Amino acid sequence: MFGILRTLWLTFLHMAHRRVTVGYPEHKPPLPPRYRGRIILSRDPDGMERCVACNLCAVACPVDCISLQKAEQDGRWYPDYFRINFSRCIFCGMCEESCPTYAIQLTPDFEMSEYLRPNLVYEKDDLLISGTGKYPDYSFYHVAGVKIPGKDKGEAERESPPIDLHTLLP
Amino acid sequence: MATILVDGRACPARMDENLLQACLESGADLPYFCWHPELGSVGACRQCAVKQFSGPDDKAGRIVMACMTPVTDGAILSIDDPQAKEFRAGVVEWLMINHPHDCPVCPEGGECHLQDMTVMTGHARRRYRFTKRTHRNQDLGPFLNHEMNRCIGCYRCVRFYRDYAGSEDLAAFGAHDDLYFGRHEDGALENAFSGNLVEICPTGVFTDKPFSAIYSRKWDMRGAPSVCAHCAVGCNTIVNARQGTVRRVINRYHDAVNRYFLCDRGRYGHGFATTPTRPRTPTTRQDGIPVPVSITTALDRFAAMAARGPIVGIGSTRASLESNFALRALTGPDRFSTGLPQPEHDLTMQVPALLRATPARNPSLHDMESADAVLVLGEDVCATAPRLGLALRQTLRRAANPAADAAKVPHWMDAAVRMLGADTPSPLRVLTPAATDLDPIAATAHRAAPDDIARLGFAIAHRIDASAPDVPDLSETDLQLADTLATALRTARRPLIVAGLQYANAALLHAAANIATALHAAGTDAALSLVVPDCNSMGMALMGGIPLDDVRAMAQAGRIGTLVVMENDLTRRLDATILHDLLAAVPHLVVIDHIATPLAQQADLVLPATALTESGGTLVSTEGRAQRFLPALLPAMPVQESWRWARQLSLATAGTEPDWTDLDQIIAAMAQDIPSLSAVADAAPGAGYRLDGRRVRSEPARISGRTALRAHVSVHDRPLQASPDTPLAPTMEGAYSPDIPGALIPFYHAPGWNSVQSLNRFQQEIGGKMRGGEAGTRLLDGTPHTPPNWHHDIPPPFTTGPDDLLLLPEYRLFGTEELSTLSPPIATRIAPAALRLGTMPAGLENGTTATITLAGEQITLPVRHDSALPPGIALCPPHLAARAFGTPVHIQLRREDAS
Repeated sequence: MFGILRTLWLTFLHMAHRRVTVGYPEHKPPLPPRYRGRIILSRDPDGMERCVACNLCAVACPVDCISLQKAEQDGRWYPDYFRINFSRCIFCGMCEESCPTYAIQLTPDFEMSEYLRPNLVYEKDDLLISGTGKYPDYSFYHVAGVKIPGKDKGEAERESPPIDLHTLLP
Repeated sequence: MATILVDGRACPARMDENLLQACLESGADLPYFCWHPELGSVGACRQCAVKQFSGPDDKAGRIVMACMTPVTDGAILSIDDPQAKEFRAGVVEWLMINHPHDCPVCPEGGECHLQDMTVMTGHARRRYRFTKRTHRNQDLGPFLNHEMNRCIGCYRCVRFYRDYAGSEDLAAFGAHDDLYFGRHEDGALENAFSGNLVEICPTGVFTDKPFSAIYSRKWDMRGAPSVCAHCAVGCNTIVNARQGTVRRVINRYHDAVNRYFLCDRGRYGHGFATTPTRPRTPTTRQDGIPVPVSITTALDRFAAMAARGPIVGIGSTRASLESNFALRALTGPDRFSTGLPQPEHDLTMQVPALLRATPARNPSLHDMESADAVLVLGEDVCATAPRLGLALRQTLRRAANPAADAAKVPHWMDAAVRMLGADTPSPLRVLTPAATDLDPIAATAHRAAPDDIARLGFAIAHRIDASAPDVPDLSETDLQLADTLATALRTARRPLIVAGLQYANAALLHAAANIATALHAAGTDAALSLVVPDCNSMGMALMGGIPLDDVRAMAQAGRIGTLVVMENDLTRRLDATILHDLLAAVPHLVVIDHIATPLAQQADLVLPATALTESGGTLVSTEGRAQRFLPALLPAMPVQESWRWARQLSLATAGTEPDWTDLDQIIAAMAQDIPSLSAVADAAPGAGYRLDGRRVRSEPARISGRTALRAHVSVHDRPLQASPDTPLAPTMEGAYSPDIPGALIPFYHAPGWNSVQSLNRFQQEIGGKMRGGEAGTRLLDGTPHTPPNWHHDIPPPFTTGPDDLLLLPEYRLFGTEELSTLSPPIATRIAPAALRLGTMPAGLENGTTATITLAGEQITLPVRHDSALPPGIALCPPHLAARAFGTPVHIQLRREDAS
């Protein structure tokens, strides 16, 4: 008898508590910036695609839902196509972790339900945003040694000017 | 055998190797850069440091470079010793000081030896805070990218390129930090083996340019063991494919054949299978216009054709044994042609018989490397069989071994042995009509017409064995030369004679056979190698068939209703007029091919066949080694193997249904039908092969994108496509271990070793046989030798009239072989055809053009004077200027008016 009353008491006590359930979608919960939602491809501070098509995200993906093909223009690598099959994605964030250029990032957006699975296949046009995402300053090609338009050999960070092979000086 | 103690573990080791090899063979992970199994040790990189102890009581030990220390019995060493580990970590850290932050945009990433070694030594954080040295790159032509920033200065590239492959146009420039490996100026690397720099370079300085354009990481590509189709040597390759396209071809180690290196023709020649003009559907000709039709319609059309007269089949020396056999089964042996006109037909048919009848050995490429006297008789092997030329080049390095032994220097101590061997006389002697790439390192390089070379050959044989026929009226200089060469060959222990079909001269082959027979009788361990032109010429010779000339005769007699031509471009075999007459006399022409040939444009029915990369089959190399290639891709219907087409044609004609449907069955049927090919099944395990109860997987364990590759077409999984012809599983699921048979290796990978250097783990001993067994099987061995049978067909001395010239085919590395010519990177390297003349007729000078009638075509060519050529000889690349020109022919020169 006492047990029943105690249980009822505890249950009714919750009526006085603050409500945890959010009235989604009228009310949207605040999500931290590192929340792992919809995947995007970012651009570097110059506005160029950050993705260099190194394939590390694809190989890190445990469900193999990323596929891309490398293409190249003037020494700059970029993905010819970049496809994420979100109907397979488990939002584990391994792709972001493996990305050496901060190109692929997970965002605090999870509202991507569809009635048809093919609509969950995102191509590069759907993924590429115009900003830098979470890493405003990083530009891979300013660190890498390859030559691209606007950055000659020896002009990257912590690089000496190219060696002149014709000099006889030691 | 010796026993060494590696970290307390007793490991067997050979006395003729160094500690690095012994450690790697014992399964230990010891990092290295500059050592290469084929190039030996120079001790340049200091990466393979281990600690060696002088005895059980020695606790201090000393650090030695494993690659520079010979194995001694009972040697005690430690790889895990903290001091040795620190030393190695320090070396890698120094090497990484200047290494750029490039891995994501480097085509070597994922199969980079430097990455592997850096991980192995544990270097992960950069401590050096100062600037990196940078270099400007060079344009090295259509095959290679150059990115000098990545260089770690191991010197492997120049050691391979200059010391091993013998070219001068890649060198080390600068010193200390400025070290630069490149050419003196931008330009394509000249050497025929430049593509190997991709595999030789431990990092990404030299990377594969055509591959980079269709790049995929190593872990993303399916692999299949294949055999090169671009000459008769039969180099083993791995074909890498992804998303339905072939991405690249890399070397597959075969201890007796190509070992670690492929020529550029083989590495970059695979593009023929992806040309846009390639036939992809069956087409019939309606009112002169090709119309795509379904398979059923095509077969109905064929049945209608076949009802109107007998079928004659023309096979091909570039098609697999199985395809040729299937065509032969369709038409019957009497109506199956080898696809070769005279005299190539007779010569090709002769080669296996000659090799069998000659008591001398028929050597493998690796065997050739240890010859101590080589006579090249009228064949430019560097153009017709480039990898064989490279093997002959190594005889020079081997010649230094006795000097090294005398000085007690181990053979793997490369720089020292080369230094000791600098004065060793070259074992190479080259007798050819034109200059070859081997001339600069040959002791004798003599120029003469093919007939005169054959006469010299007969004379040499007579001087070695007096019972061999002698050559009458030789000139004084030729007599002297014959004496010198005969002495050189006779005093050798392992002499080697190389001849071939380049100049379609039977006397050359017979002279070579006479010399080899004489040398064998003289008690030397003689070897005879005969180079045939195409990847399956030898297979065709063993299978047999009628020459094209007989097909012509049958056509003229009206005894052909339908002519089925399989993977053979007759416009390259027959003069235009002759071919026209042949086709006019044949009511129906059916062409089965995987490239668009001029012949196919005239066909009533074209059936699309698979290229080598999409089918399984067997090729027989010039040493008579049957080798299996397996499909890297599954062809999309209606493209199918030529032998499957032949089978369907058999069914359509309502003849007997062949009782074979897959590769193993057709091989079994072939073995039963043709006794000389009975051993072909042993070339590789059949489709039923299982390793540890499972099929061997063709994809690496970490292949990516499985659920996204086709997602834009359909998000649903497709059932797996499996081929009944291959023992390889189509996916990443299956067995994989270093014990995979050599004939089934789909890719090389070992834990911690992602680069091609993981090959060390697959060998019984470094540079030795594969752990899983050798690939291929030799077909010409084990036949009883008949007593010496001298050939007597000594030709008369070569003479020509005043205006008459003998035009010889000048085979080239790029441009004369049919399939590779269609590959875009190779096509850019084809030099325009020219007419090279030994003596310039009056009125002609260097640079002017001349018109000749050649192979039924009137062609105008620029004339070049080549003072090395003997008088009366002219050279022109075959098939390049005049399509059907392939065998020597007499021509008259006409000067083109400079109007």
